[in-house]
Amino acid sequence: MDRIPILKLGRALLVTIQVDMHDRLATALEEDLSAKIVASGARGVLIDISGLDLVDSFMGRMLDNIAAVSRMLDAETVVVGMRPAVAITLVELGLELSGVKTALNVERGMALIQTRLTETGLEDADLGEDGP
Amino acid sequence: MPGDVLPIRTSDDVVRVRQQTRVRALEAGLSLVDQTKIITAASELARNTLDYGGGGEVLIEPLQQLARRGVRLTFVDHGPGISDINQALTDGWSSGGGLGLGLSGAKRLSNEFSIHSVVGEGTTVMIARWR
Repeated sequence: MDRIPILKLGRALLVTIQVDMHDRLATALEEDLSAKIVASGARGVLIDISGLDLVDSFMGRMLDNIAAVSRMLDAETVVVGMRPAVAITLVELGLELSGVKTALNVERGMALIQTRLTETGLEDADLGEDGP
Repeated sequence: MPGDVLPIRTSDDVVRVRQQTRVRALEAGLSLVDQTKIITAASELARNTLDYGGGGEVLIEPLQQLARRGVRLTFVDHGPGISDINQALTDGWSSGGGLGLGLSGAKRLSNEFSIHSVVGEGTTVMIARWR
């Protein structure tokens, strides 16, 4: 079965969604991601959706679920790279992804995660370095 | 004008419905935002057909009225039908595990919307988006 690759980027995990998601792929991603958060001790999850030309309520619910599960595992989820047409359509659909943080791109998403770590005093090291 | 009839039996079929809707929306010359809206609406309705209608099919047709072009999708299932359509069109109402945005969301994303349902016989939903 196809799997979406999960890359480690400093203290965060990066998932780039490019393919048209179907149910099994979405479920596999949720499972893989939660396992990897625990295994790696990642404090943030970046989901890059710049390659997606639509997000429907199924995908929206998947993003919300990932954010909720990650939060329970002490990692912050940031969805990055949403296309303007997708944002317009999501709002009209009535899905505002209120449980998910967003940022324009990966760089700003990383900055958001780093700010959270610094503010909570849990981390003062650079996100780019693997701390002890 | 010819249309395409696609089956909706599996989750992969939902992906194919999106892809074919995209092809027809492009042919009709819809703007990027309008393409995104009709493809998203198609995705919601295809999933409804699969999850609540027990599967079915969709007819995807190009539209032309004088210089105006568009695309129309008609989803047909022979599932349990919907007893209270007004309730089903309410945001957040869902008979299943969904978010309850499928029907109401698809209606908002389309220029034309109609639904016909008979309990015990099935449901037909039509949407259209014009350029």
